[in-house]
Amino acid sequence: MLSMVLKRLLLAVPSLIGVVIVTFLLTRALPGDPAAYFAGPAGTKEAIEQIRVKLGLDKPLPVQFMRYVTDLARGDLGVALTTGQPVSADIRARLPASAELTLLGLIVSMSIAVPLGILAATKPGSLIDHVCRVVTTAGVSLPVFFTGLILVYVFYYLLGWSPAPLGRLDIFFSAPPQVTGFYLVDSAIARDWGVFVASFKQLILPALTLGIFSLAPIARMTRASMLAVLASDFVRTARASGLSPFTVIVTYAFRNAMLPVVTTLGMVFSFLLGANVLVEKVFAWPGIGSYAVEALIASDFAPVQGFVLTMAVMYVALNLAIDLLYGLIDPRVRLEA
Amino acid sequence: MTDITAGKEQPHATGLAATLGHVRYVLGENRVTAFAFGLFVLIVLAALIGPFIVPYDPLASNTTSALKPPSLAHWFGTDQLGRDVFSRVIVATRLDFFIAIASVALVFLMGGLAGVAAGFFGGWTDRIVGRIADTIMAFPLFVLAMGIVAALGNTVQNIVLATAIVNFPLYARVARAEATVRREAGFVQAARLSGNGEFRILLGHILPNIMPIMIVQMSLTMGYAILNAAGLSFIGLGVRPPTPEWGIMVAEGAAFMVSGEWWIALFPGAALMIAVFCFNLLGDGLRDIVDPQRRT
Repeated sequence: MLSMVLKRLLLAVPSLIGVVIVTFLLTRALPGDPAAYFAGPAGTKEAIEQIRVKLGLDKPLPVQFMRYVTDLARGDLGVALTTGQPVSADIRARLPASAELTLLGLIVSMSIAVPLGILAATKPGSLIDHVCRVVTTAGVSLPVFFTGLILVYVFYYLLGWSPAPLGRLDIFFSAPPQVTGFYLVDSAIARDWGVFVASFKQLILPALTLGIFSLAPIARMTRASMLAVLASDFVRTARASGLSPFTVIVTYAFRNAMLPVVTTLGMVFSFLLGANVLVEKVFAWPGIGSYAVEALIASDFAPVQGFVLTMAVMYVALNLAIDLLYGLIDPRVRLEA
Repeated sequence: MTDITAGKEQPHATGLAATLGHVRYVLGENRVTAFAFGLFVLIVLAALIGPFIVPYDPLASNTTSALKPPSLAHWFGTDQLGRDVFSRVIVATRLDFFIAIASVALVFLMGGLAGVAAGFFGGWTDRIVGRIADTIMAFPLFVLAMGIVAALGNTVQNIVLATAIVNFPLYARVARAEATVRREAGFVQAARLSGNGEFRILLGHILPNIMPIMIVQMSLTMGYAILNAAGLSFIGLGVRPPTPEWGIMVAEGAAFMVSGEWWIALFPGAALMIAVFCFNLLGDGLRDIVDPQRRT
């Protein structure tokens, strides 16, 4: 098991190097002169030259790259012009909001998609199979920001069930003392159930939006792999041995069918992390996605850079985690390594 | 029925006629594909002649009739500046369609050619293309597209480019797999023996052979391309107001959703959804024509 973990960790290294090179190239591809850009519109020639030397832009590209890498190693992502704070501090402060939302979105979509896929596979051609097919086809066609807006209109404006789509917590509540940064967890730790319910109410619509968005690939994969497993010999044997349908489906078929589903999670995360940006914009969610969008609009480049890099590193780490999880579920993978 | 008898009388129908007959058969068999094809024709029509048939100027504001709900005069209502939402939705078709077509064509040129070369030549070409594709795949795709547009500049051309780049791995992989299978095929050996150069074989023999699969790939990714571009303009990249474009129109209408003026965001969003839905269905249908074994 340990050797597999190490091997997989080594495989993630080229991805990380690629990510760092691409983000570096993106900084250097800034339109016009970065030094003139950082000096602002009022910058004099001398000021621009000074900034050029200070940023190391007068050096050849490989030297600039080494400098970029050493900065990264120290966790220095530059300073955001809009907030005046170091980008790394900003991102660290906002990351829990995004992570809480994304994880809850994933939980929502898994808890709908997996049962839906299983039911569709156990009864092919039934009503639930058709529902599953419609959901998977429609799900990939729905623009995630559009789904979010429709949910806001229905549940906030028409029904009045959910609070205004403005951030993580209603202004009448104050944030729970920070432990994990996840409001649901922190408020539960502080036993402040009023804040818990309030933050849950804020979370439910954006999480549902993300869930609907990522529903389709999970449901489609669950259905397909359940169908394949249910047609296999060991399921037939289990049935013939007189096991109850529930035991056959849940204990025998489901556990084997989950393997391809876990593999698709990598792709689902790619979608989720991207969609997160749009959902955060719709719900004014104070996460790193809306941070990057605000910076983009203000042409503040360092936060966007930091955001792209953080997202990519998180995505590489998530893929790593998925692969390790795969090894835990499927002993054959461990034997191969 | 007439098709079948006609087919029996002419067993050696010419290539084009046979293909058309097959297409007609698939459209007749699969109602969903036929429906998607009809939608596709509508979208193309709207993109081509939309600006000439809309009842109002999509940019003309009229503050006396701002924020009016849908009526006979304004089918989709009017926005905060009194512009006709229906006219704007129809006119926007051209830009959104253009972005999707252009990015898909561009990624076909980049990813398709790189993938074919990787599969055909193998070795270093394969390793370099594979490494590039892996690096792109290491990013969440929408986030990478954001970064590219932010770095290269906030224009429609860069939206097209960014959408093409994030789709690169998909195309490179499909083209690579298909080219690897055909690398040592009989017709390739024959072409080589008749004295064709390697590049000539690649472009003249392998590429035309994998075209059907690449075209399916293109129509399957069209929907994603439109979603990606609309998402970028929703967060304020690329297209600038007052240009009519679906993503930016939804963004403009978003603020009015909480106060009950649903029509400003709903109609462009629905248009976007229908377009993506149509391309996805059409892609599935085309795949059935080209590759019946992968039918789901």
